[in-house]
Amino acid sequence: MSVLTDRNVLVLLAAIPLLIAAGPIMPDWVRFFLQVSLASGLAVLGVVVQMRAGLVSFGQGLYYCLGAYAAGMTGHFVGVTDVFALLGLGIVVAAGVAVVLGFLMSRYREIFFAMLSLALSMILYGLLVKAEVLGSTDGFNLPKATFLGLAPTEQALRFAVYALTCAVTLLAAIFLYRYLKSPMGRIGEAIAQNEIRVEYLGSSARTVVHITYVLAAALSGAGGALAALANGHVDPEMANWTTSGQFVFVALLSGTGNVAAPLIGNFLLEMIRVYAVAWSPYTWQLILGATMLLVILFLPGGLWSLVERRKAGG
Amino acid sequence: MAPLLEARSLCKAFGAVTAADNISVAVAEREVVGIIGANGAGKTTFVNMVTGYLKPDTGSISYQGRDITRLGPRATARTGICRSFQIPQTFARFTVLDNMLVALNVARKRDLFFWRPAHDAELDAVAQGLLAGLGISGHRDQIAGTLPQGVRKILDIAMAMVSAPKVILLDEPTSGISTDEKHAAMDTVMNALGERGVTILFVEHDMEIVERYAGRVIAFYDGRILADGAPAQVLSDADVRRYVVGGELHRRQPRKGVA
Amino acid sequence: MLKLVAIFIDGLVYASWLFMVSVGLTLIYGVMKILNIAHGSLFALGAYAAASLVGAYFASGLPPAGSYVVLPVAAVIVGAFFGLLIERGILRFMYGRDEVLMVLVTYAVFLVLEDVIKLVWGVDPYFTAQPYGLLGTIDVLGLPYAVYDFALIAIALALGAAVWWGLNRTGRGKLLVAVIHDREMSRAMGINVTAMFLVTFIIGSMLGAIGGALTAPKISVVPGIGVEVIVLAFAVVVIGGLGSIGGAAVGALVAGFVRAATVHLYPEAELFVIYGVMALVLAVWPHGLFAQAEARKI
Repeated sequence: MSVLTDRNVLVLLAAIPLLIAAGPIMPDWVRFFLQVSLASGLAVLGVVVQMRAGLVSFGQGLYYCLGAYAAGMTGHFVGVTDVFALLGLGIVVAAGVAVVLGFLMSRYREIFFAMLSLALSMILYGLLVKAEVLGSTDGFNLPKATFLGLAPTEQALRFAVYALTCAVTLLAAIFLYRYLKSPMGRIGEAIAQNEIRVEYLGSSARTVVHITYVLAAALSGAGGALAALANGHVDPEMANWTTSGQFVFVALLSGTGNVAAPLIGNFLLEMIRVYAVAWSPYTWQLILGATMLLVILFLPGGLWSLVERRKAGG
Repeated sequence: MAPLLEARSLCKAFGAVTAADNISVAVAEREVVGIIGANGAGKTTFVNMVTGYLKPDTGSISYQGRDITRLGPRATARTGICRSFQIPQTFARFTVLDNMLVALNVARKRDLFFWRPAHDAELDAVAQGLLAGLGISGHRDQIAGTLPQGVRKILDIAMAMVSAPKVILLDEPTSGISTDEKHAAMDTVMNALGERGVTILFVEHDMEIVERYAGRVIAFYDGRILADGAPAQVLSDADVRRYVVGGELHRRQPRKGVA
Repeated sequence: MLKLVAIFIDGLVYASWLFMVSVGLTLIYGVMKILNIAHGSLFALGAYAAASLVGAYFASGLPPAGSYVVLPVAAVIVGAFFGLLIERGILRFMYGRDEVLMVLVTYAVFLVLEDVIKLVWGVDPYFTAQPYGLLGTIDVLGLPYAVYDFALIAIALALGAAVWWGLNRTGRGKLLVAVIHDREMSRAMGINVTAMFLVTFIIGSMLGAIGGALTAPKISVVPGIGVEVIVLAFAVVVIGGLGSIGGAAVGALVAGFVRAATVHLYPEAELFVIYGVMALVLAVWPHGLFAQAEARKI
């Protein structure tokens, strides 16, 4: 089946110009949340692609933060301000680190994988908190970005970065959609079910896990860089377990059956969070945790499974 | 003629238990070898060593003149030695067809393809053909985890056959299948393998089935080889009757999946 | 020489602390095959409960020595209460699901408890240094050491010995070991596995809370101490081998001495040296020093 005859691909493709065109109509704050949630949605997709292979990452914030800091530090210290260069750097740094750490991580599954990913992200968090040159817990601001050598006005730049975020996120979603249907994606799922069989068929489970891990890191790194550009600011909180926890939460809640659901879920969650945190600052994790328990107990396929079920039913 | 597959003096111990004690077996091309022995006699250990799941403590295994003793399951499978399992190893949440498609993509070295879809009309047809040849194409769209045990065992064998192996080791292919279906299932499997000229080693508890298909029988007892030869000769051997076949006759129902 | 002594003593003190915070985690995993992330919350709850109760105790003007009774009592109460609540209220509905899902479940519990702590105690730090200061210091080769730290070593030894004795020398403990080895068989033999799980979880939770309570006088009790502890405790038990009490002790000793040596010789690396050791150990022994990777039956 060719890419362009796949209805789901077409829908995702069509969403790019629609979202970009809707940008100027949207109130600024809605557009901002959409932009930030699409960026962090990339990290959620990173969690999703690993979850499909049976790997739960409690530390995806590691790569989200690496992408953001790579972009931020290059802008702040080197003075490179082009958004494409910063985005590319974010991806390359995150993926590069994942290639190395992947040699350790690809040996592990299940609880070991979960806990090691958490430990790795907390090491980065600890380092950044202690790094005074990087502003410790406060982080630092990015210089004003440029777009392909142009230095547009503040307003135009904001829109350009918004458009870029929409395009990158949805293209990544399309890629992921294809990936999950491809042999490697299917073997990833097969590993989650029966790794021994995968090996006996003659495929290397470790290689597939390693590649999946790097892919997830690249997605998260892109998300981090885009988030840094959106906020104009980075701080260590991006590597903290609470950030990673929210990624897992969205992945679990949206289910891993669909690549658009985590993006939509992430947007809704960002919106809810703003109000919830303003209304009662110390109940956000509590709400997340309690919802997570209910979903695990009653909706193993995530909230999206309700939509699917309705479709199947009628 | 040089043997296709040869194990020389394999030994393997798990703590104080000796699972393989100086096992030597040579198998010629297109031979059909039945392996018998009571539970714990070392049959599965032998299969696991040949297919790379376990490394022997001492001894060596060669295949087509090449030393494969240290190869793991993946590398062994790639040389052309495949196996089925006593407890069928399938992808429980996939449909039967998807199980086969994963196997086919790996066999065609497409396992690292990440853009083109895992299934296309041609692969579907190949998978369908293999399933039909083994008589389970009617279960094509069923989730593997919900299959009856007998069908799951055949699917397990079908997945092992996808890469067109030269040697296949079947670990208790009929265990868990009801007595009246056993023979039909075994007929189909053995015919399909025979047509492809695959060399077969099968572990079996049912002596009727052993006599019917095996051209040669090896009897294991306590990690050693008790007898090795023509079926009639091995099955009438006094020691074999006493330690192996006798035990089989007294076995009540074949145990389910676990052993 | 002086440096060596200092490394030795600091290492021992830190190892004792590590053992205290990780023994409950490994016990619960060993018996129930649940990697309890909420263990970090129990540590934090223990610390908060101890800090506020001890604070109240000193405010009441009773003899200061009594605070050493208040500390563990606070921990035991909090540990028992939350252990019971989590096991009966949540975990028991999830038994038999796979290990990863159980991690997600305990992670969710951890999220909830982090906020519960903030709701109950707020976000301002609590200080309860009195029990720490009260014991004074002693000089070892001219270096002053808090007696409280030496007491920690003794307590860690006592806790370790108690858990070992409980598991290996009591009838119930032996049953528990049977459950560890074969759950199905134990059930078939009429062992009440459900009760065993509940008791184990409560004991494990108490151990976590005790670790927190005894730590409280040494630190400022603030939100977020739970996550540090769970990550650290995981590293420790993984070095030794998940699920083994002896492994936790060895892991604690290794991590404790390595950290102490780093603090004295190359302080910049203090933050991640324990994880470095963990990574090294895992590179050689994929499941820790004393854990055997179980081959799956096929």
